[in-house]
Amino acid sequence: MIETHSLTFGYPNSPLLFDNFTWQVRQGETWAVIGPSGEGKSTLLALLAGLQKPLSGEIRIEGRPLTRPRPQTGLILQDYGLLPWATVRENAGLGLRVRNFYGPDGAHAPRNYHIQTDVTAWLVRLGIQSLADQYPAQISGGQRQRTAIARTLALNPDLLLMDEPFSSLDAVIRDSLQTLTLELCAEQNLTLVLVTHTIEEAAAMGSKILLLGQPPYSKPNIIANPRHGSADFRSSPAFHALCQELRKELSSIETA
Amino acid sequence: MKRRDLLLASLGILLLWQSLVLVIDRPILPSPLLVVQVFLQELFRGELAAHFLSSLWRVTAGMLVSVALAVPAGLAIGQSEHLNRILSPVIYLLYPIPKVVFVPVVLLFLGIGDLAKITIIFLILFFQILVLVRDQAAGLPPQLLQSLRSLGAGRRALFRFVYLPASLPAILTALRQSVGTAVAVLYIAELFATQKGLGYYIYYSGSTLLDYPAMYAGVLAMSLLGLGLYFAVDWLERLLCRWKFVE
Repeated sequence: MIETHSLTFGYPNSPLLFDNFTWQVRQGETWAVIGPSGEGKSTLLALLAGLQKPLSGEIRIEGRPLTRPRPQTGLILQDYGLLPWATVRENAGLGLRVRNFYGPDGAHAPRNYHIQTDVTAWLVRLGIQSLADQYPAQISGGQRQRTAIARTLALNPDLLLMDEPFSSLDAVIRDSLQTLTLELCAEQNLTLVLVTHTIEEAAAMGSKILLLGQPPYSKPNIIANPRHGSADFRSSPAFHALCQELRKELSSIETA
Repeated sequence: MKRRDLLLASLGILLLWQSLVLVIDRPILPSPLLVVQVFLQELFRGELAAHFLSSLWRVTAGMLVSVALAVPAGLAIGQSEHLNRILSPVIYLLYPIPKVVFVPVVLLFLGIGDLAKITIIFLILFFQILVLVRDQAAGLPPQLLQSLRSLGAGRRALFRFVYLPASLPAILTALRQSVGTAVAVLYIAELFATQKGLGYYIYYSGSTLLDYPAMYAGVLAMSLLGLGLYFAVDWLERLLCRWKFVE
């Protein structure tokens, strides 16, 4: 699904974040990317979304080199993603309106795209249909994030990129949205790359966990999490052991 | 603001006016009752309505032209760092100049017709709207733009779905802030070389005819013009920016 080949990237006038970074994500995998703030997690996501261009090397998605944002990739950010002047229904339908605006040109919308406008089914699936006519300022953080997810899924993506999507939410709402996201990924056969700074979130969400600690990154530091997603995993000793392991890895990176 | 409060405030102003009339007790300050009588008479039987419409036309045309030119310019400058860097110093220098001093210059260049008066109003409103729309466009959270781009939006879609709706409140704020100034400057502009408009009517009634109640009727009409435009902008904001008024 995603391959990076000798990816090299750094912002102007600052040290490289990725130096010959080669990494692979298979279709249907759910990846959690964890590490301290400001060490390149969100940059990796921006690169995968096509919003930043590598200095050298290549990113291929579905076998094709990535040169600009691709219509089948959905990006969900922590906040600010919703238009304050549009209702929940209008926000959820925004991606479709953008596609309808351009038509199926292959760049902004897939070539096989047929004009759609109705997002009711997604509002129902995300449990926000009763809020359809409310504005973002009137609903809770969790409901806003559900709206953002509905907006992205309405575009029928194959790859979902999430940047700290649940970090501003209460614990209970965060848990339920994490579970819902995993369910939706399984239902839609989505590939997920989720950036987080919370160890528990990485352990709960990632079938594989990519650790980013000290740039520049060349070889991916990966921890496999085969039991992720199984029932009661979160309350199992294995989950706590994994969290311990991640904590140890991260602190060893920080003290290195 | 509640209607009841507005009504009470109007009553208070009328009471203050009436008490001043009793204290001053001279023809240069007629009572509000007399002024309202003359106002209605002049409006329906005299020429006040025609003067009012002329002024309304000039100020509305000025507002529309300003919005039509300043909004695209403000959006273009606001969303391009490059343009902003080049043009901001120019705007910075031109913005604070009191445009009313250009009245004689504009009259010299554009003559005595409506065009000169509309241009003067345009000069005042244009910079207000330009600056507010530019700042609004430049201040949009980058995350908002990024998430729209990730939905496939290119430059045109960003304009349509983000920049334009985001600038609406800025346009209306600019209009609300400057509509008073525009009407004031319209008064000055209508003093020169015209026989139509409330500015002319007020000046002519007061200083040539010495008909003070008629002069005050003109002042009342001009106040109502300003107030009406102010309310119209408020109404437009409630209609177009419903999201700003939700609880």
